Amino acid sequence: MEYTIAFSYLIASLLFIYGLRCLTHPETARRGMHAAELGMLLAIIGTLLHHEIVSYEYIIAGFIIGGAIGAIMSHWVPMTALPQRTALSHAFGALAASLVGIAEYYTHHGHLGGFKITAISLEVLLGSLTTTGSLIAAAKLQGMLPGAPMTFKGQNLFNLTLIVVTVGLFGYLILNPATGWAFYLMMALAFVFGVMLVLPIGSADMPVVMALLNSYAGLAAAATGFAISNNVLIIAGTLDGFSGFILSIVMCKAMNRSITNVLFGAFGSPAADAGTAAEGEMREVILDDVATQMAYARQVVFVPGYGMATAQAQHVVRELCDSLEERGVTVKFAIHPVAGRMPGHMNVLLAEANVPYSQLYELEQINSDFPNTDVSVVIGANDVVNPDARDNPGSPIAGMPILEVDRSKTVIVLKRGKGKGFSGIENPLFFKPNTGMLYGDAKDSLAKLVHAVKEA
Amino acid sequence: MSPEEFIPALYIFALAAFLGYLVLTRVPPLLHTPLMSATNAISGISLVGSIVAAGAQHNTVGTWLGFIAVTCATINVVGGFWITERMLKFFKSKEEMKQKSEEKN
Repeated sequence: MEYTIAFSYLIASLLFIYGLRCLTHPETARRGMHAAELGMLLAIIGTLLHHEIVSYEYIIAGFIIGGAIGAIMSHWVPMTALPQRTALSHAFGALAASLVGIAEYYTHHGHLGGFKITAISLEVLLGSLTTTGSLIAAAKLQGMLPGAPMTFKGQNLFNLTLIVVTVGLFGYLILNPATGWAFYLMMALAFVFGVMLVLPIGSADMPVVMALLNSYAGLAAAATGFAISNNVLIIAGTLDGFSGFILSIVMCKAMNRSITNVLFGAFGSPAADAGTAAEGEMREVILDDVATQMAYARQVVFVPGYGMATAQAQHVVRELCDSLEERGVTVKFAIHPVAGRMPGHMNVLLAEANVPYSQLYELEQINSDFPNTDVSVVIGANDVVNPDARDNPGSPIAGMPILEVDRSKTVIVLKRGKGKGFSGIENPLFFKPNTGMLYGDAKDSLAKLVHAVKEA
Repeated sequence: MSPEEFIPALYIFALAAFLGYLVLTRVPPLLHTPLMSATNAISGISLVGSIVAAGAQHNTVGTWLGFIAVTCATINVVGGFWITERMLKFFKSKEEMKQKSEEKN
């Protein structure tokens, strides 16, 4: 029996790795997921044979309730709400890891060796702070909490004390594993710390936080594997932890910020003087002229930002894209890594609107192509196309990689009003002679453009 | 856990981390959201720890904590794979997209 279980875990580990390997291309991705699902099923069946298990009622009840909630959370959630839904599932995963650790500690009542108490403590620490941190992130993304950074007087001192006490308790526990109060206090402080960690982070930085919480949830699972000497848990948890870690680095690079800056910078209160005040007038353009320009262009590139998703305009964009292609115009989409509220979010939104993935271009692929572009259409994006990031070292976003739309022959910016927008940073792109501003609701303007292009 | 158990576990951790680095850096940004939900589903493997905690009947507290953990982990396994599959169905190549629109007509 022991061998059957061990073997099922080994196969599961291999299938997980194969599954993730298949995610390197959309064509193989679904096949990979089937493999990973099979691996999960094998691991679960293997575990059910475990000799310590004497009753199955609670297990089956958990399967049924959890399965139902999981299905409900996944089948009907709109793709725009993916970030908060994912944050919630990080919370569940971390809570599960944390609870297993607590149960383990409670059962053995502190009669644990040095390695084991370290593993359990790490598991409970990471699990607990990820649980509350993810819940706060989900609440912010859902708009239940204000998206702006929440700060209060003495916050840094409070957090520092919190960290020192928690780490102190962690050290104390390793030396005195049987001290119950220290264990439960450490757990409670970790829950508080999760809240404090995410409260001061603004919505715009959420992609980094999402990835980081993903990493913590994975590492908590890996620590569980150490605590109960289970290899498949170590492997799966480490893969998850690493994936989150890699994604947070990708996101940080895309914003030219360091992880510490995101976590402790409270970036959301921008400096009063946000870069050089851009000179000149913004040029307003007429919708019919834009339609004519696009209709007779060789290449049109759309640059969607989160504003497009909030306006629910992705389907209209796709219609516009269709009518342009019918006229022989080459249409591409330029996706900045931080477009959207989680890594890769914009790609999913456009794919859902039936844009084939071959038309979705990454920053490095598209930037050299802008000089060959007749019309770039910026929809609800701002900072990611701000030329100041490239040209002005004094800008708050200096050094952030941008989509160089200003190098295309014409730029059309769809914008609600003349304001500075979300980040409050002035954007010189809007004042360039080759830029035209098309004011109004993005979805509305796009729908009119579809019509006008067909007439043109 | 003795050092004899800890060291092999450390080996597995280090090798999995290295393998993870090699495999995951090759996932294109196009699929970063499905990657996050897929790894989320896979880390629901903490279910195997939860199952033992819920079924071993050491004590009532352990059983209940285990039961909640099984529920949470199952949410992630079922929900994570479900939504990943749902997302991946959206990603179509140009040819697939054409076929689909032809079928409709």
